[in-house]
Amino acid sequence: MAIEVNGKVLETDEEGYLNDLADWSEEVAHSMAAKDGTELTAAHWEVINFLRGYYEEYQIAPAVRILTKAVAKSLGADKGNTQYLYSLFPEGPAKQACRYAGLPKPTGCI
Amino acid sequence: MNFLKLKIPALQTDAMQHSEPYLAKAATQKALGYPEQLVENWQTVAVSKMGELLAQTPHLQAYLDNCVHCSACSDKCHYFLGTGDPKNMPVARQDLFRQVYRRYFTFAGKYFPRLVGAKDFDEKVLNDWYRYFHQCSQCRRCAVFCPFGIDTADIAMAAREILNSIGKGQRYTQEIIVKVESVGNNLGMSKPALQHILQNLEEDLFENTGCKIRLPLDEYGAEVLFIPPSADFFAEPHVDGFLGYAKVFYQAGLSWTLCSDATEAGNFALFSGSETHLQQIAARIHDAAATLGVKRIVFGECGHAWRVAHNLLPPLLKNLTLNRNYPVPQHICELSYDLLQRGALRIDKAKNAEKRVSFHDSCNIARASQMGNISGGQFKIPRALLTACCEQFHEMPRNTTHESTFCCGGGGGLLTDELMPLRIKGALPRIQAFQAVIATQQVTHLATICAICKTQLSQVFPNYRLERAQIISLHQLIGDALVLK
Repeated sequence: MAIEVNGKVLETDEEGYLNDLADWSEEVAHSMAAKDGTELTAAHWEVINFLRGYYEEYQIAPAVRILTKAVAKSLGADKGNTQYLYSLFPEGPAKQACRYAGLPKPTGCI
Repeated sequence: MNFLKLKIPALQTDAMQHSEPYLAKAATQKALGYPEQLVENWQTVAVSKMGELLAQTPHLQAYLDNCVHCSACSDKCHYFLGTGDPKNMPVARQDLFRQVYRRYFTFAGKYFPRLVGAKDFDEKVLNDWYRYFHQCSQCRRCAVFCPFGIDTADIAMAAREILNSIGKGQRYTQEIIVKVESVGNNLGMSKPALQHILQNLEEDLFENTGCKIRLPLDEYGAEVLFIPPSADFFAEPHVDGFLGYAKVFYQAGLSWTLCSDATEAGNFALFSGSETHLQQIAARIHDAAATLGVKRIVFGECGHAWRVAHNLLPPLLKNLTLNRNYPVPQHICELSYDLLQRGALRIDKAKNAEKRVSFHDSCNIARASQMGNISGGQFKIPRALLTACCEQFHEMPRNTTHESTFCCGGGGGLLTDELMPLRIKGALPRIQAFQAVIATQQVTHLATICAICKTQLSQVFPNYRLERAQIISLHQLIGDALVLK
C-alpha cells in the first residue's frame, strides 16, 4: 500500500503505517488524520511530538504510563489519563498516534 | 446464578471465510529459519512436514484417528457461538486437518478418498487452513467436552507449524518470536527503555505510597528472578498489576530482580507450533537464572507463559542450584498465597470496598496447568487471593468458569488488529457471562491473571457497552489492599 502526500508517493503497510520512518513530515500526519476525519489540534501535536522524541531515544514507542505522565506535564494534570488520550486518538493512543507520528506499530500482548 | 443459557446460533456457512491474519514478511520468516514465501512445491513440503509431526507426536495421530463425529464439541467453541460459521465448530476445524491426513497417510484415504472424506491438499484447502486455524485460540474448551479428549489446540499448533514450514507464517506471532529472541521481550523493549520505565514507575510508587518500593533490574544475587509478561511494563491495566507484584515483594521483604535478557514470560512459539523456538525461548529463563545467581524463579500474570513454565521448564532448570522448598518455577499467585497463609501480608479489604469483583479463568492456566500442587489449585488460589483482598467477590455462571471457562477471544496468537471482528464476536460468551453477574450481583470489575485477556477484554468491552477500566489485574487488587506503612 501507499499514500500520496504533496505529490510524493510513500509506501505503507496494510494498516497505513509508514514503511520508512524517514518519509515522515508534518504533512504526512495531517494527511493521515484527514483521512480519518480528524483535524490535528495542538493537543494532538503534543502527543505526536513526544512520541517522535521518545522513539528517537529508545527505538520504541513509550509505555502508556510514560505518555500519560508527559501529557499531564505539558497539558495539565486533568489530561494525564488514558480516557483523555482515547478522546484524542479513538483507535487507541499507542497505535493511532504512532501511525500519525510515522512510527511502526507497537505489537505484543498490548 | 449457576448456569448461563447459551444461545446456539443459526448456521451461517462461510460467515468468517474472509477472516485471515496478515502473512509474515519475508525477513521475519527467514530470521526464524522458515521459507520467505509460499514455496512452489508447497504441497509436497506440507505433507512431508505432516509426516514428521505425526512421527514425533503420536497423540496427534490418535486425535486424528479417534474422532467419531459425536459432535459433543460442536457448540463449545466461543468462535462458533460468536460467528455461527460451521467451520468454527471444533470438529469441523479438526476435519480440515483430518481430511488431508486421511488422503496421504491412511490406506482408505489413499485408494478410496471420497468414501472416507479424504481430500487432496489443494489451494482451496490451504486457504481454509490459513483462515480457520487462525480462528482457533487454542483454548482447549472443546477438549474438556470431547469423550476422547481430542485436543483441537494441538491440531491447530501442528497445522500452523506446517504453514510456517511452507512459507505461510502469521505475521503477528512470527514477528513477536523474532523480537523475544533478539531483544528479550515481545515488545522489543531495550534495556535503556526498560530502565527509563522502571525509574518512572518507582517514582509513581513513592508518590502514591510514601514507600521506597524498588523495581530492580539485573541485580546479581537477588533471591527471586521475576519474569512478567512485557505488556506489564507497557499497557493499561497491566501496569497496575506490575506495581501490585512489587508491593507484595516489598511487604514480604523479598529481594527480587528482573533480567533484561528475559523480560518476557510469554512464549509465542507455543501458538505457532514451533518446538524449536518454544525450547529456545524457554531456555532464556534458565540462562537468566544462572547468570543472576537467583534462588527462585517466579512468573507474573501471563496465561500461556504459565502453561509453558509449569509443563516444560522444570526439566530445563534441573541443573540450577535453586531453593527447592518452593515450587520451581513458581507462579506469582502461589507466592502471594503462600505469604497470605503465613500471615505475611497486611491486607485491608475495605480499601477495595467500592469494587464488586468477579474472576475470569484464563484458558491456559485453567486447562493446561496447575498451582500450589493441590487439585484444582489453579482455580482455588486466585479465588482465595481475591476473597482475601475484596469484600465482594461473585462467581460468573459455573458453565463459564473453572475448567469450562470461555476464552477472552484473543488468545493463541490472535491478538492482532486485523482480526478484530473475529475477536469481538469470539468474546461474546465470556461477555454474556460477565453481564449476567453484573445484572444479578452488580459486579463492577472482572479480575484476571493474563496479559492477553487484559488487553483483549479491555479492547472489546466498549463494543458491548462495558468500560475498558472494568478489567483489572488480580495483583492490582492485592496491591491496592495492602497496608504498606
